[in-house]
Amino acid sequence: MSQDKAFMTIPRVDPGYRSKEERVHDYKPVAKELAPEALREQALRCMDCGVPFCHGMGCPLQNVIPEFNHAASIGEWKKALEILLSTSPFPEFTSVICPALCEGSCVNGLNGDSVSIREIEHRIIETGFENGWVRPNVPAQHLEKAVAVIGSGPSGLAAAEMLNRQGIHVTVYEKAQYLGGLLRYGIPDFKLDKKIVERRIALMREEGIQFETEVEVGKDISPEYVLRKNDAIILACGARKPRDLNVPGRDFSGIYFALDFLTQQNRLNGAEVFSPDPFLNANNKRVVVIGGGDTGSDCIGTAIRQGAISVTQIEIMPKPPMARAQTNPWPEWPVLFKETSSHKEGCERRWCVNTLEVIGSNGKVKALRCVEVEWVRGADGRMSPVAKAGSEFILEADLVLLAMGFTGHAIPLVVEALNLSVDGRGTIIRDSSGKTSAQDVYIVGDVASGPSLVVRAIADGIRVANQCVQSLI
Amino acid sequence: MKAQGLYNPQNEHDACGVGFVVNLDGRAEHKIVEFGIKVLENLLHRGATGADVNTGDGAGVLFQIPHRFFKETVKANLPDAGAYAVGMMFLPQNDKDRAACVSLFESIAKEENFQVISWRDVPVQPQVLGLGALHEMPKIAQVFVTDKNGKLRGEDLDRALLVLRKRMEHECGRDAGGANGFYVASLSSRTIVYKGMMTAPQVPLFYPDLADSRVESAVAVVHQRYSTNTFPSWPLAQPFRFLAHNGEINTLRGNRNWMKAREKNIASPLFGEKVDKLAPILEDNTSDSANLDNVLEVLTLGGRKIGHSMTMLMPPAWGVKHSMGSDVRGFFEYHAGIMEPWDGPAAVAYTDGSWVGANLDRNGLRPARYTITKNGFMVFASEAGVLDIPASEVQEKGALRPGQMLLINLDTGRLYKNAEIKAQLARKQPYRRWVKENQIDIHGFFNAVGEVASDRNTLPKKQKLFGYTREDLDILLNEMASKGMEPVGSMGSDQPLAVLSEKPQLLYWYFKQLFAQVTNPPIDPIREELVMSLMTFLGIHDNFLAEEPAQARLVKLRYPVLSNEDLGRIRTLNLDDFKCATIKIMFPALVENKTPGKALDDGVKSLCAEVEKAIHAGNNIIVLSDKDIPDEMAPIPALLAVSAVNQHLSKMSIRTSCGLILETGEAREVMHFASLLGFGATAINPYLAFESVADMARHGELMSHLGVTEAIENFINAMNKGLKKVMSRMGISTLRSYRNAQVFEIIGISDSVVEKYFTGTANCVGGIGMEQIATEILMRWRASIESKDSILPVGGQYRYRKDGERHLWTPSSISDLQAATRNDDYGRYKKYAAQINDQAEKQSTLRGLFAMKPTTAIPLEEVEPASEIMKRFVTGAMSYGSISREAHESIAIAMNRIGGKSNSGEGGEDPRRYQLLPNGDSLSSAIKQIASGRFGVTSEYLVNAKELQIKIAQGAKPGEGGQLPGHKVNDEIARVRHSTPGVTLISPPPHHDIYSIEDIAQLIYDLRNANDQARVSVKLVSEEGVGTVAAGVAKARADMILISGYDGGTGASPLSSIKHVGAPWELGIAEAQQTLVLNGLRSRVRLQVDGQIKTGRDVVIAALLGAEEFGFATTILVVLGCVMMRKCHTNGCPVGVATQDPELRKRFKGSPEFIIHFFQFIAEEVREYMAKLGFRTFDEMVGHSDLLELNPAVSFWKTQGLDLSKIFHRVPAEASQVHCTEHQATGLEGALDYEFLNQIGDAIEKGRKVTIQHNVRNIHRTLGSLVSSRIARRYGYVGLPDDTITLDLKGSAGQSLGAFLSHGLTLKLEGEANDYIGKSLSGGKIIIRPPQGLTCPPEDNVIAGNVILYGATSGEVYINGCAGERFAIRNSGANAVVEGVGDHACEYMTGGRVVVLGLTGVNFGAGMSGGIAYVYDENGRFDSLCNTDMVDLDLLDESDEDELRALLENHVRYTGSPKASRILKTWGRERERFVKVFPMEYRRVLGAMSKKDEEVPRRAKAHE
Repeated sequence: MSQDKAFMTIPRVDPGYRSKEERVHDYKPVAKELAPEALREQALRCMDCGVPFCHGMGCPLQNVIPEFNHAASIGEWKKALEILLSTSPFPEFTSVICPALCEGSCVNGLNGDSVSIREIEHRIIETGFENGWVRPNVPAQHLEKAVAVIGSGPSGLAAAEMLNRQGIHVTVYEKAQYLGGLLRYGIPDFKLDKKIVERRIALMREEGIQFETEVEVGKDISPEYVLRKNDAIILACGARKPRDLNVPGRDFSGIYFALDFLTQQNRLNGAEVFSPDPFLNANNKRVVVIGGGDTGSDCIGTAIRQGAISVTQIEIMPKPPMARAQTNPWPEWPVLFKETSSHKEGCERRWCVNTLEVIGSNGKVKALRCVEVEWVRGADGRMSPVAKAGSEFILEADLVLLAMGFTGHAIPLVVEALNLSVDGRGTIIRDSSGKTSAQDVYIVGDVASGPSLVVRAIADGIRVANQCVQSLI
Repeated sequence: MKAQGLYNPQNEHDACGVGFVVNLDGRAEHKIVEFGIKVLENLLHRGATGADVNTGDGAGVLFQIPHRFFKETVKANLPDAGAYAVGMMFLPQNDKDRAACVSLFESIAKEENFQVISWRDVPVQPQVLGLGALHEMPKIAQVFVTDKNGKLRGEDLDRALLVLRKRMEHECGRDAGGANGFYVASLSSRTIVYKGMMTAPQVPLFYPDLADSRVESAVAVVHQRYSTNTFPSWPLAQPFRFLAHNGEINTLRGNRNWMKAREKNIASPLFGEKVDKLAPILEDNTSDSANLDNVLEVLTLGGRKIGHSMTMLMPPAWGVKHSMGSDVRGFFEYHAGIMEPWDGPAAVAYTDGSWVGANLDRNGLRPARYTITKNGFMVFASEAGVLDIPASEVQEKGALRPGQMLLINLDTGRLYKNAEIKAQLARKQPYRRWVKENQIDIHGFFNAVGEVASDRNTLPKKQKLFGYTREDLDILLNEMASKGMEPVGSMGSDQPLAVLSEKPQLLYWYFKQLFAQVTNPPIDPIREELVMSLMTFLGIHDNFLAEEPAQARLVKLRYPVLSNEDLGRIRTLNLDDFKCATIKIMFPALVENKTPGKALDDGVKSLCAEVEKAIHAGNNIIVLSDKDIPDEMAPIPALLAVSAVNQHLSKMSIRTSCGLILETGEAREVMHFASLLGFGATAINPYLAFESVADMARHGELMSHLGVTEAIENFINAMNKGLKKVMSRMGISTLRSYRNAQVFEIIGISDSVVEKYFTGTANCVGGIGMEQIATEILMRWRASIESKDSILPVGGQYRYRKDGERHLWTPSSISDLQAATRNDDYGRYKKYAAQINDQAEKQSTLRGLFAMKPTTAIPLEEVEPASEIMKRFVTGAMSYGSISREAHESIAIAMNRIGGKSNSGEGGEDPRRYQLLPNGDSLSSAIKQIASGRFGVTSEYLVNAKELQIKIAQGAKPGEGGQLPGHKVNDEIARVRHSTPGVTLISPPPHHDIYSIEDIAQLIYDLRNANDQARVSVKLVSEEGVGTVAAGVAKARADMILISGYDGGTGASPLSSIKHVGAPWELGIAEAQQTLVLNGLRSRVRLQVDGQIKTGRDVVIAALLGAEEFGFATTILVVLGCVMMRKCHTNGCPVGVATQDPELRKRFKGSPEFIIHFFQFIAEEVREYMAKLGFRTFDEMVGHSDLLELNPAVSFWKTQGLDLSKIFHRVPAEASQVHCTEHQATGLEGALDYEFLNQIGDAIEKGRKVTIQHNVRNIHRTLGSLVSSRIARRYGYVGLPDDTITLDLKGSAGQSLGAFLSHGLTLKLEGEANDYIGKSLSGGKIIIRPPQGLTCPPEDNVIAGNVILYGATSGEVYINGCAGERFAIRNSGANAVVEGVGDHACEYMTGGRVVVLGLTGVNFGAGMSGGIAYVYDENGRFDSLCNTDMVDLDLLDESDEDELRALLENHVRYTGSPKASRILKTWGRERERFVKVFPMEYRRVLGAMSKKDEEVPRRAKAHE
């Protein structure tokens, strides 16, 4: 398929970001794009592996990557689109915000740079939109079956899309003003332009999917009622319960959960009519982000755009290696030191740091007392952090953002109303088809499997929706 | 022996030695019979014995009725010679049965107007027989009969006797073969056959008659049989009633089918009404040779002369590349319309008592040498030197060339040679004119292909209906349409068998192509294309006994792939006698009250009825079509339709004259076309494949940007090439005899369907019925009707796709295996193994369906240690060249450390690797492979082996050759392979020294001489009948037999070969085990298995089925880093495993430790199973197939009809007889070389000059090789200085004279020699000159056999006389001078110099990529004989002249050649008559360097 040994002769080219000076002043997407011609050449680097790990191991959607790469490489964008859409309902999301698990298992990555799969995917789907090739998937006919999807995040949308394609009447309930869940409220605009979300929702409406916004099931409407009115419910409510910082001084004001912080800025950007309370803004503040993950990084970029004096990100885990560790061989996802566009915009990052106490005055946070830790293997074989003697230090802070992950769902009312079985940690139990203990109630995405990637949420939504259809017809 | 388990007597093959002696003047003498027996005895080594060494496979003699002897011996009044007939009868030993037979015979004789004069008990000496033969010995009697009216005599009497015998055979309740103990060895007024289940020397002892001096004849035809199996059969001994045959009829099943189809319609005034009594013409349950004899008999007694009949049955190739007169061509074309060839390697000797003759097959695949003396005596035999004839009496020594024949008329005493015979035959009737006047000429037929419309709106729907996938388009059609070639892939096949796949499978996927191995050779469809033909006819006439112009009333098709236009032309022929009807092949998709299977079955039945009706209505071209069928109908699979119709019409005796054309949307790859033709289609129009190609071409999706018509033409070309390859794989040259030959086996279809619609096709595990077939069709039909998506399913046969076919190699199994072996993590290994082993839910392999029966377990500690088990492990043959040096050496180190064996693969080995590394590691591959290209096979290579492995076939592409393109032959590879960098290296499909079962015995013997300490193994690929081949190989004295699964193989190979050829090893190993145990041969050989063996469970299953050793290849590469790119053929392996690219090789991250970990894991897993099964030692486990059963947990809807009991069948035998418990006899004892070694004394050690004189004869084979092995052990390839040791020999040398001859050893032979002289010559010198006293000019004298210098790397050969076919084949460095050669000289040559001072045959220099030949072209016709595909014909330049002169001077000096002296004397005049045959690639490579420069390294190589 590919040119002989193009993987050796053509280097990977990344388009990079808009200049720092420019981008920190707006919320527009930071990533640049390669020209289609350049991407065609990049696509030639694909080796069309007999066993494509990108497709078979990396991509949760099982995108048939070698085939769309090949089609792209010969400029057959429409065919590429057809192949892409055969497995992926929303490539315009994943091609922008996915960490690209596929690239982590690309065979080229074994000895060099992987193929720019995500960017090729992006060009394919955007070319499709530009040329009007992306059409609503209207089912030939609708069956006498209806399913309600609770939540319009990636897994809910995916489930709704797949149900509708197979002729099920679908209503999506969303408690927020606008649709998209974390896509809309969790991810900053500079990473995902909300127009992209809106474009997809519009298509889905055309396909016949009903959307009910500002309706919170369990509050505004009873789950039992929804279940009565439908043949099944799919809960796609996310894992919205954030992990808290349990240290002395947590009560001081100025300490917020990352998602609240990000959501507010997204709502402002989206020109929603609301009164922010409290108003979470980093302008002129020394910001400390606790948590070294992607959410933390999003907080950094947002804080910088809001005009923070300084941003520091601390993480209790050690700094990841620059190259794959022995214990993390290809084709596993490479756990590597990563610098996002937000990091590059100016922040200090520290690893192996544990927060011991919040120091405040006047009810407001002033600083954090931290300590450096070492990770030591205990008698049970597990690694745990041990404070390094004499390493305590004070980190001054006016705004502390907690990006320490999520611990579970935030829908106790629904769980109670539908009488869903939960395990010891409060996680809702489901079987392999996605079904909960309650008749005709399914769960998908983060609410089922804990916080994870958008692409996994979509994959789970597709899978469970298909299982649901199976049981209905 | 009856069929049991996987053993089927249908698969028996035989081959052998054959010959005749004759007094040309027809004088009957006892001496002739005596000489015949002498010849027989001297051909003994071409025969074989079974487990019981005294029971030979059969031998016999056919001669004229000895009238004087009978007159004086028989106690009755015999009429004059010719007026009575003698029947040589094998009768039941049991008195009652015998009496019944005799009385039945007498009553039929009476009814047929014969008078039985007398019976005579033939005196026999049973005590000379072996036990097996004795047990089966019939009562042998002669019956004397005469025409009641006393009128009939000679041929007329024989004709009437044929009816008598046929009736007797039919009414005896069986068709001969002797199962009831009744068999007529001969019944003729002219000839008689004495034969039996014995070895040659036993024949005269058993039959004292033969020693009686009154037994006189002018001719004696003799035969020594080598049968693959050892089950005694007296009737299958040869000669038969007319002929004796050495070789194999590959097309037998097709020939039988056609004979059956037409035998009811034959007519002949000579037989009159009695012609009806001849059918069935072919005896059942007998050998190919016996069937050939059956037809020859009917043709000859039907009115044709015996020579004429033989020409019909075994025509030479008469394609455009063969120059012949128009009348002769007309003769062959006319007869091609009457009878399809009986095709395969064959030397046939025959006589009807009046004529004696011999024919050789079109490709010259058997040796056929003759000597005529001055006093009118002639001997013809498979070898030269079978009788001692003083040189002074010799008038002529010759050999039959491919397709040639000779005849002797005993009445007139006249000998006819080939050209004369054929010219006379051609003039018998105006055949050429008959053809010209009657053949139907269609304007524009098979001209340019027209535009094909394509419509993207409707195309996907059609494609889905016929199961198209994206792979079909992207991988198959694209490549074929773009390049005109089939696509290539690598790394075997690991997706489920069709019957285990969840995806709907086209019926073709349940079929596997058969292929030739050992008992006959595949053909090279590229380099020997001239013997092949895709030509075919519409409208064959049934009555082959007739000879009239109407039989030429035919439509000739150049090839069987019809363009849309050509089909249209046939449809609109508009001739009264060529009417065409189109009949839809379809059935209603949804019928109430009827299951889909029933609907399909009814559809097939009504189809057959409809076709029959159409034929009775006067149509004789039937187009079966699935084009444009209505939505509510589903297509009947084309293969099912064509086979059902073909068989139905055959049964109705209306098949032959009817053309069966398929217009199908299904057929799109070579396998589809091959199976459709193989089951009876005349021609195929693949309209949907055309439209798909057209669509891709229009949308620029093809790899090369081509127009529609060009793309379609490419596709047709690819298909034609592919078909030739498929036919050639089976050794079949013409489509006419491939058609309906059913050379397939079925895996996964129920017996009931096979019996009904694919009658007679091998099928051993049962499988799906009509219901499941219909379900699969309807799955496609639904996808086509219901979904509007234009996107096709992914496929996943050729590459891993989540949504496609399952594979065993997945990202997770690969990464688990790699992580496990890198980190020595047994837990991770078990995770890997579980993915392969647990197939209860998702089946992939046959073994995945097996379960082990519960037994009493033992503690793990009691099981033999892993270190012992690991010695049974070997790695697969992967050449250095196919994989990188790093990978190759890592494997060798690992295997040497654990006491297993690694395999060099084909392509030699760097001698550097024979030295131990400082840490004690050895890089030497314990197994050295001998493959068809013989690259790097030198005396030194062979002595550095622990095992010598003859690779007959490889799983990825059985029956095919290979090619290493010049650009991959770098300096190092060229050095190791003894060739020139940059020059393409071709491995031919066959071993050119194995065309038949007795040949492999010879090669094994050669290899034993080359290294008398190594074991010799033979690698076969699993297919139906492999057990029988294995038995033959065991009888050929191999120490180990490897059965490879079809799915293994790391090498690059056409995708259709990877997927559609051969069978899983579970079947092969079980069949081999069962057959060997049945034959009592198992204890003499070890059995090894390989092919996608991935886990300890695989090993245990194979062991239970009978394997003792286990090969791994793919897994080893994965362990070394392979990620199953399946792109090995591109040299672009990204992990440095399968590449020679220096940059990529740097990426190699493997290590011997990983391999060792892997084998430790496997052995541990094996031990765990052994403990569970209760086996303490591995040997106990071998062959315990009774512990296997079908896993009851498997509940897949397609596996319900599978019956694996034949695989699990355990032949009852003693424990010592089910695995290898004894050593194979080497046959080396008594080798002359040991005598030479004694006389040489310490000459090798001291390098002292010595000359030894000795007389030799044809039974002295492989002379000089043992001595060479001693030189190679001591000095390596460099050997000794020139002429240190000289063997001065006189007489007729046996086969393989001077094989592997080391440098410093010179063989001088005065006399003649047989085949394979100088095989793999390694620096030695061979000089052959005619015996003193020979009066005919040496240059006209055939003095040397076929296949000389095969794989020679250096050395010299001078032959003062002519040689046979394939002279200097695959020579890569030797220099040779010879005075004349047969066909295919210098084929595949890659280096060296060859001088031919006389005539050559055709196809000179085919596939010649290197070296130079100088041919003395006296009559200026050489360009018409040379295959110029790869070579230029040049004038000599100055340096050429120097080189040539030097060679000629040597020739004169060594042999005294008068012709060479003559030429040298008048050099100025003669030099311009020389043509230089210069391979184009070689010229390019030499480019900058002068020939002298090239000469220096070539010489240096020999002396380094």
